[in-house]
Amino acid sequence: MLWLLFFLVTAIHAELCQPGAANAFKVRLSIRTALGDKAYAWDTSEEYLFKAMVAFSMRKVPNREATEISHVLLCNVTQRVSFWFVVTDPSKNHTLPAVEVQTAIRMNKNRINGAFFLNDQTLEFLKIPSTLAPPMDPSVPIWIIIFGVIFCIVIVAITLLILSGIRQRRRKNKEPSEVDDAEDKCENMNTIENGIPCDPLDMKGGHINDAFMTEDERLTPL
Amino acid sequence: MAHAPEPDPAASDLGEERPKWDNKAQYFLSCIGFAVGLGNIWRFPYLCQTYGGGAFLIPYVIALVFEGIPIFHVELAIGQRLRKGSVGVWTAVSPYLSGVGLSSVTLSLLISLYYNAIVAWVLWYLLNSFQHPLPWSSCPPDLNRTGFVEECQGSSAVSYFWYRQTLNIAADINDSGSIQWWLLLCLAASWAVVYMCVIRGIETTGKVIYFTALFPYLVLTIFVIRGLTLPGATKGLIYLFTPNMHILQNPQVWLDAATQIFFSLSLAFGGHIAFASYNAPRNDCQKDAVVIALVNSMTSLYASIAVFSVLGFKATNDHGHCLDRNILSLINEFDFPEQSISRDDYLAVLMHLNATWPKRVAQLPLKVCRLEDFLDKSASGPGLAFILFTEAVLHMPGAPVWAVLFFGMLFTLGLSTMFGSMEAVITPILDVGVLPRWVPKEALTGLVCLACFLFATCFTLQSGNYWLEIFDNVAASLNLLILAFLEVVGVAYVYGMKRFCDDIAWMTGRRPSPYWRLTWRVVSPLLLLTIFVAYLTLLSQKPLSYRAWNPKYELFPARQEKLYPGWVLAACTLLSLLPLLWVPGVALAQLLTRQRRTWRDRDACLDTDTS
Repeated sequence: MLWLLFFLVTAIHAELCQPGAANAFKVRLSIRTALGDKAYAWDTSEEYLFKAMVAFSMRKVPNREATEISHVLLCNVTQRVSFWFVVTDPSKNHTLPAVEVQTAIRMNKNRINGAFFLNDQTLEFLKIPSTLAPPMDPSVPIWIIIFGVIFCIVIVAITLLILSGIRQRRRKNKEPSEVDDAEDKCENMNTIENGIPCDPLDMKGGHINDAFMTEDERLTPL
Repeated sequence: MAHAPEPDPAASDLGEERPKWDNKAQYFLSCIGFAVGLGNIWRFPYLCQTYGGGAFLIPYVIALVFEGIPIFHVELAIGQRLRKGSVGVWTAVSPYLSGVGLSSVTLSLLISLYYNAIVAWVLWYLLNSFQHPLPWSSCPPDLNRTGFVEECQGSSAVSYFWYRQTLNIAADINDSGSIQWWLLLCLAASWAVVYMCVIRGIETTGKVIYFTALFPYLVLTIFVIRGLTLPGATKGLIYLFTPNMHILQNPQVWLDAATQIFFSLSLAFGGHIAFASYNAPRNDCQKDAVVIALVNSMTSLYASIAVFSVLGFKATNDHGHCLDRNILSLINEFDFPEQSISRDDYLAVLMHLNATWPKRVAQLPLKVCRLEDFLDKSASGPGLAFILFTEAVLHMPGAPVWAVLFFGMLFTLGLSTMFGSMEAVITPILDVGVLPRWVPKEALTGLVCLACFLFATCFTLQSGNYWLEIFDNVAASLNLLILAFLEVVGVAYVYGMKRFCDDIAWMTGRRPSPYWRLTWRVVSPLLLLTIFVAYLTLLSQKPLSYRAWNPKYELFPARQEKLYPGWVLAACTLLSLLPLLWVPGVALAQLLTRQRRTWRDRDACLDTDTS
């Protein structure tokens, strides 16, 4: 009699959890893709952890705080690793509505991913779209910062170039007037020195008379 | 033997001495920087691949020898001899031809407008490359955060970043939309950088050119080394350089080779004339012309190696991903263990599964993955840089570094070409002496840069990209061909071949060989005329249309082919005709002035006779 009951219960369970059953979800894990050499094997202990995580997620839903691990049924585990699961109510005769399960899983997807060292791409709940992470928008986009730096440098460089140009032009305008003053002074000295132009003598320094000696003659050829 | 008198240096620049290059290297690098531009990176490799790989080099070299180098030599020689910008040079050749110089200036101005807009786009990408992960690596999530933005999902993250987040492109050229402020900022920055470098003419560009001309070569070398070590690079290179001789029977190949050489050397802008005018009078311009043209072509080849090794890597990568997606579909459908089908086993497994479960296999979204299809995906122009290459860079380890290097290289390439265009505009204005003497050169360059910036803001509108394509295709090509034709004919026949050969003999120390005389007199003008006629016929054959990015198009992400509206066509015609109007306009004005003078002299003589 007990065996009959046992078979009946497993049969009902089997009917509740079937590929494509109402309120059933297919889960697909890609452990080797995510972890490479550190991949763990998928065994019954891992299945237990999965059931625990689903039960945990359901407990976060109001009115479902009494969900137990035994209420989560797994079936059709393949080598892929993929399987189907359903969550039953405490009477174990009906499955919970898909919408509730979906909300619960979506709210806790990060915790579930973390428990298995996977992410949204390697732990897929088909039919449950995951909430994408918000884009990492810093308050000031990086490009504006770099743009500001470059623009400031360029403006400073332009200002410096314009200022140096103005200074150069002012110096050039002053030079002709300075040369004129020097010539006037020389002319005054000329009138003092009996009209002998002092310019050539001043520039040569009076040491070497270039009219009579060239550089080559100073070096006696061997 | 008649000896050309040495030109009087003091007579040229407003009584002051004409500025000159600090050393020969600056002049060389400036000419190379002007010639080597974005086209060497994103046009030549595309042409090489489309027109049968190695076989394309044959029409390319022929065009270089018979068209590129002779015209280039003419520009350098005439600028160096007459020591003036383009307007002064052509006025000196013949007063009736000074319209050629004015057209060159107008064209350089128009081309600078849109060229710096492209540099602004490059700057935007460069600024965005300083982050990890790169902003074009993934689609942004939509409002519910359940999936990605639809437009991005339909095309690709890279295309979305280019068309939406950069250009914010309109679906039609008619809706101009608003000005995109980020593009406006980048445009302002690029014009500020150009102004900073060109502010005192060659005095400032001569210092900057060491960096802007040499940095691209450094980056290209890094990319060649990196590219050749990437997996799949050799496949890309073999595909590129495998010659297909049959393609040479297509006349389009010869036309494209000739136009590529012409635009690659930046001829008929007046920039080379301006650069050469600052040279010492006795400088071997013949050797310069040959060397610079060869360096330009070698750079194109070098760049193709870098580009195609990276694109070969991308194709191999994409092919691998295609196979992986198919394998994943099979594994998921039949619940095989993970990684149980390798890429090599894929075809065998597929055949086996197709035999046993044909219905289940048929409903899977399996794509045909052929490596040749991925290698064929090439592009030229902005499509290569902003879509293909950015995507390839994503797969290389250390992606931000490669992105920064690549866009930094494009930025400096664009800058050094801008220097040449700006000199082509500023030097003639200074020579002609339109502005009074007390206006400093800094003010003139500032005014030109500001005016160009204000006009170029139209390219930051949402339809800006479509207008840029119009400028690129219409304003530049035909006009430059006509101007170059007038240049060669003007020097060979109006200035006089004998006089020109004497000048060159005085400057370089030897008379030009028969090769030069033949090409200047006959071959180059004929080639230019043929190219011009062929270009016109091709343009008139197909109706002018553009390819719009329309997310609502049924075949999205394919671009929608649309015809230009009437007012745009009118603007195109204006753009192509107005710059050239200087030539007949000035010639006519000169004719009238001369006629009036002869009439006045005749009247004066009659008066003196009668009195």
